[in-house]
Amino acid sequence: MAEAKSMQAGEPTRRDMLFLATGALGAVGAIGLAVPFVRQLAPNAQTIAAGAPIEVDLAPIAEGQGIKLFWRGKLIFVRNRTKAEIEQAAKVNLASLPDPQADSERVKAGQEQWLVLYGSCTHLGCIPGGSAAGEVRGEFNGWFCPCHGSHYDTSGRIRKGPAPVNLPVPPYAFLSDSKIRIG
Amino acid sequence: MSGPSTYVPKLGIAKWLDARLPLPRLMHDSFVVYPVPRNLNYFWTFGGILMLMLVAQIITGVVLAMHYTPHSTMAFNSVESIMRDVEYGWLLRYMHANGASFFFIAVYLHIFRGLYYGSYKAPREVLWILGCIIFLLMMATAFMGYVLPWGQMSFWGATVITNLFSAIPLVGETIVTFLWGGYSVDNPTLTRFFSLHFLLPFMIFGVVILHVWALHVTGQNNPTGVEVKAVAKDTIPFTPYATIKDAFALVCFFAVFTYFIFYIPNYLGHADNYIQANPSVTPAHIVPEWYFLPFYAILRAVPDKLGGVLLMGAAVVILAFLPWLDTSRVRSMNYRPLARQCFWVFVVVCIMLGWLGSRPAEQPYVFLSQVFTALYFAYFLVALPLLGLFETPKKLPGSIAESVLGKLRGGSGSIVGTAATAEPNTKG
Amino acid sequence: MKSVRFTLAAAAAFVVVVIAAGSPAPALAAAGGVKPPEHNWSFDGPFGTFDRAQLQRGYRVYREVCSACHAMSLVRFRNLAQTGGPEFTQAQVAALAAEFKVPDGPNDQGEMFERPARPSDAFPRPFPNEQAARAANNGAYPYDLSVMAKARNYERGFPLFLLDIVTQYQEGGPDYIKALLTGYTEPPAGVELQPGQNWNVYKPGNVFAMPNMLNDGQIEYPKGADGRPQVPETAQQYAADVTAFLTWAAEPHMEQRKRIGFMVLSFLIIFAGLLYFTKKRIWSRLPEHSPGHT
Repeated sequence: MAEAKSMQAGEPTRRDMLFLATGALGAVGAIGLAVPFVRQLAPNAQTIAAGAPIEVDLAPIAEGQGIKLFWRGKLIFVRNRTKAEIEQAAKVNLASLPDPQADSERVKAGQEQWLVLYGSCTHLGCIPGGSAAGEVRGEFNGWFCPCHGSHYDTSGRIRKGPAPVNLPVPPYAFLSDSKIRIG
Repeated sequence: MSGPSTYVPKLGIAKWLDARLPLPRLMHDSFVVYPVPRNLNYFWTFGGILMLMLVAQIITGVVLAMHYTPHSTMAFNSVESIMRDVEYGWLLRYMHANGASFFFIAVYLHIFRGLYYGSYKAPREVLWILGCIIFLLMMATAFMGYVLPWGQMSFWGATVITNLFSAIPLVGETIVTFLWGGYSVDNPTLTRFFSLHFLLPFMIFGVVILHVWALHVTGQNNPTGVEVKAVAKDTIPFTPYATIKDAFALVCFFAVFTYFIFYIPNYLGHADNYIQANPSVTPAHIVPEWYFLPFYAILRAVPDKLGGVLLMGAAVVILAFLPWLDTSRVRSMNYRPLARQCFWVFVVVCIMLGWLGSRPAEQPYVFLSQVFTALYFAYFLVALPLLGLFETPKKLPGSIAESVLGKLRGGSGSIVGTAATAEPNTKG
Repeated sequence: MKSVRFTLAAAAAFVVVVIAAGSPAPALAAAGGVKPPEHNWSFDGPFGTFDRAQLQRGYRVYREVCSACHAMSLVRFRNLAQTGGPEFTQAQVAALAAEFKVPDGPNDQGEMFERPARPSDAFPRPFPNEQAARAANNGAYPYDLSVMAKARNYERGFPLFLLDIVTQYQEGGPDYIKALLTGYTEPPAGVELQPGQNWNVYKPGNVFAMPNMLNDGQIEYPKGADGRPQVPETAQQYAADVTAFLTWAAEPHMEQRKRIGFMVLSFLIIFAGLLYFTKKRIWSRLPEHSPGHT
């Protein structure tokens, strides 16, 4: 009776509330069901553990030399820059850079000779040469990517070529003068 | 049941698509206005449940395959990695493993519904045979899937069952070698089983489409076994009636399924499969998963290897001949008092065969297996053919409407929207 | 049709006799082994959880007694810190890991070397391969214990195997392992054991290659505020603790599973109820289901 009256008045009836509640709960259930199927795509616990921060000993790296290592599957350059390379990087007019960034922003204070970079060209991901002796270093004495001709300077900044931004710096910190932790 | 379509698309996009590919029309005709007998009981909800279990197994399976390594040296550990390291991996694995069991629970209830109500009889013979094909494909899929975790039961179950094929005269040994891809169950066996286990469910899906198509040609059977005579009086539209009833039954089924997944996930499994496969150690008792136990009992009932294989195969294949073995003109065992008793005896026989399949191959279990195997085949080859000829069935109702609405004044009830309904206004 | 009724009655009689005599659960045979007693585990039942302190003591027992022979190569040190387990702190885990040396390499000279274990490493194996393990143990192989708590069970028999569905008994493995560890006795009169064999009440076949490893007072447990150990330092306690640890190692996500299960099952029961009333409401439009009828 009350339902018939309220239906005439246009108010939601008990029947409508029932249908609404059922539909709403169904939608909630469907979303809840989807959660595990989406979450399982995330990196699993072992991948995350294998990607834990690593420590790198800097002592074996002589001045003017660089090493390459892998962390989280990505290549990382660690370079012990010469004084000439540091000066070259600091002298550059920032306005002329495609991706302006001061050299001091890309190294740690007091440890300017140590440059730590992701070794993946920011154009399309090839490995730029220049870390090891004998590799072509490009017009700016840093790194040169052979795939499409991007030139990076002694601070790893893009100077010429199709790459849009500088070689990124991974998160790292000095544990001591001769040891860093990456990650 | 299949007459000209009455679908008139309302939305612009539905009209556009329907003129180019009549998919909206197909969905509308098959799942909205499709007439369904008004007297179906909850045993008719298992078709929808099975459809959803197939989808669930495919989705959980595809997702598990993202993390599983199908190599004999890494398979067991990759499954454990899923259980331990993948987010919700333990849930996905338990869903898939228990999902196989619940797929079979639903299919057995679905089959036994068909047996009781005579759903295999004309004109539904093709529908029934397609169902038997689906059942066979399910058994192959489940067998190969169980090998993938590469536990002791995986390995030794695969060894025992693939060895059966050597019983085939002349070509048996070659068939077994080709199945194995080597001289014993080993990595090549695992990799090909993985490939086929991934493939077969999609073939099941195809046969299911044929199965539903065949169903929609003849329409559903119903508990009286009396065919639909007047669509307006005997049937109701699939939506909303069957839709909501199937949804309710599905959620109830899922609740039981969920209980097993979260609270007793290893109950239906075997502890030995948590031991990595070892070709030099045979488990004390090799047993298949519970849904294969009755057939395993029949296999071991026969002392001769080839005889056991043939009889086990016959136990499945004989289902396909039911439309012709059952000579009764009456479909539903509701109206066949003697056949009904035989049916329940048959149910007990199947349960007993299942229990016997779990016992060691010693006396008295072997003798009991032989007795119950004889009873199993007697149902198909003796009881059903003879009962149809000699049984006096009860009087059938004149129509579905009469059996359902007969108590209403005048017995002339019709479907939605008459004065007899409680709702003054109805939607849709 | 008297013959049909007779068959029916005979079948029913068969069923009763056979079920009463049999034990349908397909689990490891207990031929020669006695059924282990049911222990009250903290993780029993739908709301069971692991006892953190017990898991930490259990790790201790594994470390000091079992790890000399048994590997647990699927468990990693970092698992000891995750929620739902012993929940050691990250610092404790790093220290526990560093107690072990694990093989690594090759280095730049091409040689394999050893280094202290890290949290992401798996528990190191005591033997490099199965043959070495057998050689050191009279030809018997000390199994990997990573999933042992799920790899063992015993025949529950009728009707327990059906009641277990309702009571959620899934501790067949832990009950068996705990009983096994403290189930050593002298062999019965007339039974001669070969060297390297031991008599165990609960082992199927009774003859067991592993000797008794747990004795009272063998391991020192952490002391409480009063300077006394929080639990008795007895073989029974060691067995219970290490078994609980093995159960966690086999099922590290058990607590999460039961917790989510409660939420999902409650949701589904409520949803089923709503669907039931919705179904009834929709079907009441039909004359045979309307209130005035039948």
